[in-house]
Amino acid sequence: MAFTDISQHRFIINFSKYRYLLSELVKRDIKIKYRRSVIGIFWSFLNPLLTMVVLTIIFSTIFAMNIKNFPVYFLTGKIIFDFYAQGSRAAMLSIRSNAAIIKKIYVPKYMYSLGVTFSNFVTFLLSLIVLFGVMIATNAGFTWYALTAVVPIFLLLIFTIGAGLLLATLTVFFRDIEHLYGVFITLLMYGSAIFYPASIIPQKYQIFLELNPVYAIISLCRDSFLYGKAFDPTTLLFATVCSVVILVLGVVLFYKYQDKFILYI
Amino acid sequence: MGETVIKVENVGMEFNLSQEKVDNIKEYVIKLLKRQLLFQEFWALKNISFEVEKGDKVGIIGLNGAGKSTLLKIISGVMKPTEGSLKINGKLVPLLELGAGFDSNYTGRENVFLNGAMLGYTKEFLEEKYDEIVEFAEIEKFMDVPVKNYSSGMKARLGFSIATVVEPEILVLDEVLSVGDAKFKKKSQERIMSLFDKGITVLFVSHSAEDVRDMCNKAIWLEKGEIVMQGDVDEVCDRYMESLGITR
Repeated sequence: MAFTDISQHRFIINFSKYRYLLSELVKRDIKIKYRRSVIGIFWSFLNPLLTMVVLTIIFSTIFAMNIKNFPVYFLTGKIIFDFYAQGSRAAMLSIRSNAAIIKKIYVPKYMYSLGVTFSNFVTFLLSLIVLFGVMIATNAGFTWYALTAVVPIFLLLIFTIGAGLLLATLTVFFRDIEHLYGVFITLLMYGSAIFYPASIIPQKYQIFLELNPVYAIISLCRDSFLYGKAFDPTTLLFATVCSVVILVLGVVLFYKYQDKFILYI
Repeated sequence: MGETVIKVENVGMEFNLSQEKVDNIKEYVIKLLKRQLLFQEFWALKNISFEVEKGDKVGIIGLNGAGKSTLLKIISGVMKPTEGSLKINGKLVPLLELGAGFDSNYTGRENVFLNGAMLGYTKEFLEEKYDEIVEFAEIEKFMDVPVKNYSSGMKARLGFSIATVVEPEILVLDEVLSVGDAKFKKKSQERIMSLFDKGITVLFVSHSAEDVRDMCNKAIWLEKGEIVMQGDVDEVCDRYMESLGITR
């Protein structure tokens, strides 16, 4: 057996050694989330459904002229935003909440962040089922373009993974990032055109909407599912660049500072 | 014998002991501007160099605060040393705290797989060895109960059982034998002894020079982060006891 220098992990070897752990961490997250809850996993279906019903009742008459199919319009936005918000938040807290184990057993630390992001992704996939159900119920019509949604969904995943790693690193050293991020997420929710049409935003503020990567991904998904048309190339490019940049940033920062985590958690 | 399995070269570990730990942005910026970001050096370990050969049983002794646990954490990969290098050749299993990887809401059965995964075992291996693990821990009836309802003894037994079910090539023990009742101590000692007989390498941290003398063939004496003496277990232990003013 060759000598392995423990102070420089070879990423690929390490990852395949611990990939079973990753699946166990994802499983644990999902199981514990729904254990001892009455409705259990059906909450993943009910939540988007109920919110959609309520918001449709409130907003669809107001926006009836601008939005062709409010339920699907809203639901697409909501499930994407929820995955980003919850996935990144959980990843942010993952290092601190696993502090006890990190101090005792060596496990590649990014596994904790990744595991929790993936478990939220599973919830997202489940809510996609709800979306398809609603699409059928509202006769939204499936086109071949619906399949292209894999692209923005993939971008969303890497964007969330990157954001998660970035936040996890920052939170270890600066605890108030947690609270700041909470505020940021609320603002982001209002700024992503989830439950209102983009057109109601005054012209001079449209730029904020356009610079919002989550909105970019939401609008790409709406193009596939709702409008059945090809992606707008600028939006696609923007979403890709943002996702890749955040992923790289997150990975680099995490990798650079991970050895110091144990001193601060 | 003769093959080096652990090689520690000039390892040092520095901690920052500044009085007020800065952990939010506001304070950080303020201190940065006021040039008050203090850095108080504390070298928990300095110039640690030693080699362990396959089959050695090395005891690490020293007073509290000598740096034993820090050294163990570095060897287990939990901490990265500030300076120096470390080479490990073989599968290393740390027994630093039994049941550290348990999730308290998970049942015993689920924790076997979770904890096993953390230690680097595969699913197939864990399924194969599941019955053996449960039998050693003597908690068949409780495997489907959440671990938060276990007694500390049950947790310790389960943790120990999972960690020792594989035959590690290098076993790292941090005074873990002091936990548990007499029956568990006997059982765990027996298992450790059977692992010893198979020629595994052991790193054992203890305050008790007696235990070290019993179990080990070599010893390293740490004091205030530096190696005072290393070599044959009896020689080192004798000098250590002398320094404490206890003669045999």
